Amino acid sequence: MTHWIILPVILPAILAPFIVLAARYHIGIQRVFSIAGVLALIVVAAGLAWQASDGTITLYQLGDWAAPFGIVLVADRLSTMMVLLTSVLGLFVLLYAIGSGWDDRGRHFHALFQFQLMGIMGAFLTGDLFNLFVFFEVLLIASYGLMIHAGGNVRLRAGVQYVLFNLLGSTLFLFALGAIYAETGTLNMADLAGRVSLISEDASVGIRIASVMLLMVFAIKAAVVPLHFWLPSSYAEAPAPVAALFAIMTKVGAYAIIRIYTLVFGPDVAVTEGLHGLWLLPAALVSLAIGMVGVLAARKLDRLVAFSVIGSMGMVMVAISMFTADSIAAALYYMVHSTLAAAALFLISDMVRAGRLNLNLTAMPIISGAALTSALFFAAAIAMTGLPPLSGFIGKLLILDAALDTPLATWIWAIILCSSLISIVGFARAGSTLFWKAKSVPIPEDRLIEPAPAVLSYVAVSGLLALLVAHTVLAGPIYAYTQATSAQLFAPAPYLEKVLETPGKLSKPKEGQ
Amino acid sequence: MELLVASAIGILTAAGLYLVMRLRTFPVIMGISLLTYAVNVFLFASGRLTVGAPPILTDATSYADPLPQALVLTAIVISFGMTAVVVMIALGAYLGADDDSVNDPVDPADTKAGDAS
Repeated sequence: MTHWIILPVILPAILAPFIVLAARYHIGIQRVFSIAGVLALIVVAAGLAWQASDGTITLYQLGDWAAPFGIVLVADRLSTMMVLLTSVLGLFVLLYAIGSGWDDRGRHFHALFQFQLMGIMGAFLTGDLFNLFVFFEVLLIASYGLMIHAGGNVRLRAGVQYVLFNLLGSTLFLFALGAIYAETGTLNMADLAGRVSLISEDASVGIRIASVMLLMVFAIKAAVVPLHFWLPSSYAEAPAPVAALFAIMTKVGAYAIIRIYTLVFGPDVAVTEGLHGLWLLPAALVSLAIGMVGVLAARKLDRLVAFSVIGSMGMVMVAISMFTADSIAAALYYMVHSTLAAAALFLISDMVRAGRLNLNLTAMPIISGAALTSALFFAAAIAMTGLPPLSGFIGKLLILDAALDTPLATWIWAIILCSSLISIVGFARAGSTLFWKAKSVPIPEDRLIEPAPAVLSYVAVSGLLALLVAHTVLAGPIYAYTQATSAQLFAPAPYLEKVLETPGKLSKPKEGQ
Repeated sequence: MELLVASAIGILTAAGLYLVMRLRTFPVIMGISLLTYAVNVFLFASGRLTVGAPPILTDATSYADPLPQALVLTAIVISFGMTAVVVMIALGAYLGADDDSVNDPVDPADTKAGDAS
């Protein structure tokens, strides 16, 4: 049995206490260890992704207990892809946090960052529903600390809202888990898949309620309207590198929906059939529209970016809720794009903030380093709104293409295209107010000259944008890979066999052996 | 006994939700605590209600399901930690802003924009 799968969880879990205990007064040592840890994570994640790329499903049984009894970690194409995305995003966010000095404005940034990575990695890798809850809590409790990093009244209030909303979400998650356990007697995802399909139509009240509650929990995480209210103020008030890291957290919700609703409550399970088409698709379309209208209505740059995250999550959820092989492949492609673009935009909005009194979208004297910052903003905005030539355009095209044969195709096309136009207007107006009109505002004489953002900050943002360019240039191979991923999701038999048939302690010996 | 447990969960949940909607940090935190109690009892009941049966497989015919008990323990520990965190953050927010309402205060820019239009 290979132990590599658990390394993305173990490595940050060891590194974080080490940073707290051994290096708490030395920001330099913390930075070195944090960067080294994330680099090692990237290597491990790339190894896992390479291992899974030919369709192999690798299983790790914790304590060698066999599947329905023990907790398992499963590395297939989807989970290793998300793990790799998280670790790469983590590297650039960390570089920005170091370059801008954010990590030195409060304590324990690096330790909390590592714990956050641990929770996210665990959530992607686990094959057990209750373990998913535990990893959600790990990533949430780390995110509470990161969210209020560096303090301040406004941030603390936003932090309270964020924590309370997520506590309610966790309670709902537990209710859903209890209901599922009461109905099926198991919480292992592969085992659940078998048992849910055995439930007869007339005894399915409990499991249907449970599946809707579970969908709501993940919709809260993915900020689907009407469960999105926590997102704008918490993302806008969080420190910029933290908000950029949070860009992957909404995707954890999307990942969980894809995983659970292809594996456990699959499209062909009779009792929960039509759930996503009936509820998720309209909600996703509304969140796409509301997100992009919010982009136009926002009066501050950080709110604008937060609403664009809601809009792009809406786009991902539209693609997911169609639940065909093509639409999931398109959703995965767009998900990678939207994570990188949102993270880049949050970091850029922090660069803008460095030279201004606030982030209100009003003309103010020009900021230092405006030329480079505005160029980066231009590129990131093109990516986020989905204009050619960047990957947002390709992703949107794939989603539109996948929507062609669905009954709601007209609605989907109309809302995606109109909301794109609205978001283009919103971003164009914000960019011209922030960067062009600034030239006409006279610089007051007593103004302190703020230094331009550090080189390392620019390296981090440019790195994210370079990844977006790579995502565009390599769109063919990447889309082929997401198609293979989606095909693997819709043919769960090897997954189930791997998880349930692998022998371990306490597994019943097979008859005739 | 089913009726008793079910109504206890229902009352706890209802009271918790009512308190959460008060939108002041103290009632909201009380409400969330009630909700976590409710969910703990609910999880416990998800393994069926049994009286006087050991939570291990023995030769006896009846036994209590041990898994929900383990789940409840985990949930209790997590909710305890989370409540402590939210109390500390809420206290910080209250002491800093001298206001314990959960909602954002009304932005003066909003009313100004409303007046102008």
